[in-house]
Amino acid sequence: MAYFILKRLIQSVFVMLAVAFLAFSLFRFVGDPITQMTGVETSVADQERLREELGLNDPFVTQFVRFTGDMLQGDFGFSYRTRQPVAEMIADRIPATLELGIVALLISLIVGIPAGVYTALRPRGVVSQTILMTTLIGVSVPTFVIGIMLIFLFGVQLGWLPTFGRGGTVQIGGWESSFFTVDGWRALILPAITLGVYQLTLTMRLVRAEMMEVMRSDYIRFATARGVPMRRLYFKHALANTMVPVITIIGLQFGGVIAFSIVTESVFQWPGMGLLFLESIRFVDIPVMGVYLVVIAFFFVLVNLIVDMLYVAIDPRLRVKDAA
Amino acid sequence: MIALLKRNEALWLFVHSPAAIIAAVVAIAIILGATFAPWIALVDPYDLSSFSLFDGLLPPAWEDGANPKYLLGTDDQGRDMISSILYGARLSLFIGLAAMAIATVLGVSLGLAAGYYGGRFDAIVMRIADVQLALPAILTALLIDGIARGLLPADIQQELRVWVLTLAIALSLWVNFARTARASTLVQMNKDYVQAAIMMGQRPIRIMFVHIFPNILGPLLVIMTVDLASAILLEATLSFLGIGLPADSPSLGTLIRIGMQFLLSGEWWILWIPTLFLVALVVSINVLGDFLRDVFNPRLR
Repeated sequence: MAYFILKRLIQSVFVMLAVAFLAFSLFRFVGDPITQMTGVETSVADQERLREELGLNDPFVTQFVRFTGDMLQGDFGFSYRTRQPVAEMIADRIPATLELGIVALLISLIVGIPAGVYTALRPRGVVSQTILMTTLIGVSVPTFVIGIMLIFLFGVQLGWLPTFGRGGTVQIGGWESSFFTVDGWRALILPAITLGVYQLTLTMRLVRAEMMEVMRSDYIRFATARGVPMRRLYFKHALANTMVPVITIIGLQFGGVIAFSIVTESVFQWPGMGLLFLESIRFVDIPVMGVYLVVIAFFFVLVNLIVDMLYVAIDPRLRVKDAA
Repeated sequence: MIALLKRNEALWLFVHSPAAIIAAVVAIAIILGATFAPWIALVDPYDLSSFSLFDGLLPPAWEDGANPKYLLGTDDQGRDMISSILYGARLSLFIGLAAMAIATVLGVSLGLAAGYYGGRFDAIVMRIADVQLALPAILTALLIDGIARGLLPADIQQELRVWVLTLAIALSLWVNFARTARASTLVQMNKDYVQAAIMMGQRPIRIMFVHIFPNILGPLLVIMTVDLASAILLEATLSFLGIGLPADSPSLGTLIRIGMQFLLSGEWWILWIPTLFLVALVVSINVLGDFLRDVFNPRLR
């Protein structure tokens, strides 16, 4: 167990180093940092002096080591566009994106898992067929169109919910949260549904497939024969065995949620990291692009580590194999 | 006639699948309309002299105050909606097809070579594929687009916009082709005809493309249709985000982006008609992809 986690930790460090290298190459080779930092009136001699001072003439490896060291100490450099520290810019945006992503994931799980179980148990029913047809549309309609449709229906036609921004937020130790005001929740609903719909269809299809597989197995047939109540059979015996793949998909979906939050944040003008990343692409703000990558990769790696540990916690077979 | 249909199994399945027929009709209609846009369209949306501001914001023909000349209405500049959509679909389809073609050539070549040679080359290609698979395609495309913006001077930028976009989409979709081609190649490698060709001392390039390639075409065809839909969606999403094509050469995504400005006013057609076209196009390509998968994979039937 300890060995397994250690191995995963070392792998994660290598992934992060690779991403840091990518971010560093971006910074170093896409456009010249000196021309970005200085104006047209700076003389060539001054530019050269600055280049030497900043260590841009040092060997490549030295520069990369320094870059990584700075990052580990929380120094992410300055934005070309706003001249602010990138660390602050990103840190300001993290709560908005994370809260949106978490609510979207929760929607996907809370609706997706029961719907998947239901459609697996009653595959020929009218309700199941309707649900399956709806998800087919959900997969084909692009995220931004779903967002526009929700804005049009609930924001413009019915006027029930706000269509842009985060609404009221509360500061809790530097974390700007919209979980504590009614206004904040109202603003959160539409973007979270938009982001969650696609993930929801994935969750549902996976749970459905797994559940159908499990229901065919011998131990379920035996439990049925023994007279275990149906409710207990479905939710305790069968569902427990579908949890390992479901947890895998949560880990994978996290990546999708973060990536598609770029689109959702753009539709709803949600002030998160995705919107910042889009702006930085439009203005070729390389430091912000690089740091966004590193931060996203860090979340990916972290979630995958947690998922790996959860496997061991959920599936007793993995623990036995490890002890042997 | 029926005898002929029975002999050709794919055709037989096709005429018995209403969904596939409808999808094919919709897809072919849009593709034909887009291809012949310069001859069909009422106005040329790129040519400012071919339309007039006085015709601006006219609703579709069936609503009050419409000009029957413009069947689906006009936008704020007075451009005929049908013309904009045909030209937009033309660009969307062109970028989608070109991106898919590049992704196919790149992915299939790498996959074939990885399956054929194995060893270190295989390991390197597949590790890169794994890493890229962990990143959603939209993130990869955005990143490549951002790098291109930084590397290319501003004046060349605008001219090459379509190609930068195509390449960004192609490079985020090649993985599927590489993995499928590799897996199918590995199966073919054990077959006698490949071993015989190796024994005869044929050149690897010839074995890969002349002997193995025709035998792995089926699964690749399925991925090509599915990825064409993804490529069109990716382009639409990037253009919608304002990263793709600019407003003076609009694709379907750009049209939807422009239409968003009219979300709060009464001019619903400027937003919803291009959206309907995009969704119809993507859904019909996806349905055709599903149909092809069923044809090539009898186990699922």
